[in-house]
Amino acid sequence: MVLWSGVSHTLNDNSLPTPWAVWQSFVTELQSGELFYHLGATLLRVLAAFTVAMVIGSAIGIWLGMSEKADRIVDPWIILLLNIPALVIIVLSYIWFGLNEAAAIGAVALNKIPNVTVTLREGARSLSPEFSEMAAVYRFGLLKRLLHVILPQLQPFFAAATRSGVALIWKIVLIVELLGRSNGVGFQIHLYFQLFDVATILAYTLAFVVVMLVVEYAILQPLDRHSNRWRGARV
Amino acid sequence: MSDIADSQLPETVLDIQVAGRSFDLAGGGALHAVGKLAFSLTARSFTCIVGPSGCGKTTTLRMILGLDTGFEGTIRQPDSSSVAAVFQEPRLLPWRTVEQNVRLVLPKNQRDQSLDALFDVLELDEVRHFYPSQLSLGLARRAALARAFVLEPQLLILDEPFVSLDDVTAHRLRQLLLSLWHRQPTTALMVTHNIREATLLADRILVFGKRPTCVLGELVIDTSREQRDDAFVEHVVGQVSDIGKLNNPLR
Repeated sequence: MVLWSGVSHTLNDNSLPTPWAVWQSFVTELQSGELFYHLGATLLRVLAAFTVAMVIGSAIGIWLGMSEKADRIVDPWIILLLNIPALVIIVLSYIWFGLNEAAAIGAVALNKIPNVTVTLREGARSLSPEFSEMAAVYRFGLLKRLLHVILPQLQPFFAAATRSGVALIWKIVLIVELLGRSNGVGFQIHLYFQLFDVATILAYTLAFVVVMLVVEYAILQPLDRHSNRWRGARV
Repeated sequence: MSDIADSQLPETVLDIQVAGRSFDLAGGGALHAVGKLAFSLTARSFTCIVGPSGCGKTTTLRMILGLDTGFEGTIRQPDSSSVAAVFQEPRLLPWRTVEQNVRLVLPKNQRDQSLDALFDVLELDEVRHFYPSQLSLGLARRAALARAFVLEPQLLILDEPFVSLDDVTAHRLRQLLLSLWHRQPTTALMVTHNIREATLLADRILVFGKRPTCVLGELVIDTSREQRDDAFVEHVVGQVSDIGKLNNPLR
């Protein structure tokens, strides 16, 4: 903070505003209601794209991890999707499906799905055959097997996909908003870029980073602790 | 007349008529693990299978449990919902407590039944809310026994359930197994490489030979378990070894 103030005061330039200027922009945006509106729009998109990507990605990943044959057929497509630049998917999605919300969220989810798939595929490959046999002998039904035997074994892989997922998704959501939406943090940053208002750009960025920190410490970490409670100290 | 005679015959719970089981090896060729096996178990009997290690005892149990289906022949068993197994490793779900692990195998409508009596016999009451990683191997094996007995199975399969325990703990667990079995008689089939253990627990011992395994002979023990002292155990161990030697003259 001190370094930031020092450098910006010495430069005395629009490209690096002082912390105080950023704070003032933040307060202005907050009071006008703009901040909450655009932050909310972005958060909803992150949430929707994340949910779609996790559900579809983990379903495909678990399937591929359990069936070698399916993996041989689908694997080239996963590699292809992993390597298509996010920007190409977004632009094509807007061209093919129109400048609408579904195209935006679908494009973000499609960027994330192959990552989730690859992570969960590794998880499904490492499922313990011993527990599967136990479940078979004791006649566990599909739901019981999923809830008590399979998903707990995949928990670390879900946690890894979530962590990397949230970070990647919110960055891509901003690009999607910049290219084809009329609200959201990405749209605002684009707007203030044209006005060369760096203070407001920084205000939006910092506000979103704070939100993501809250998500990490108030949601993800407590969830992690809950699902790892059994790994406690040995007696 | 024949009806009456039939009803006096002991009920058969498991009937095994297996012609053989081979495994294809990765480098080509086949491993002939199990030869011809024919035996059956009567209700509420306690049978132990003994034999050299790697002879196919575990494969036999896996065929009975339906985990291995690549064999030739037939295995007839009771209504499949009443089979329980205790594996070599406890195989408790590490993310569920002892009590949750036991309750989980019960059908939904029995999930809330009281486990106090069962945990009392097995002395698990103090650790019922512990996770498996917090248990010693002996305690984890007791929890695995509780999980098997809570189902009140018609057929109980045990695969070396007391292996790699110290003598005192193994002895204690055998006592607990017997008291559970007396309280809740069921048909038990147990694999062990420990002939002494088999002698103390079983009322019938099946001696398996080397791979491809088959039943070399059997020994019925009708002495009551309380009277099986050291001398008696030595005597049975001798008899079992003789069955093994007789059929394997080179050993």
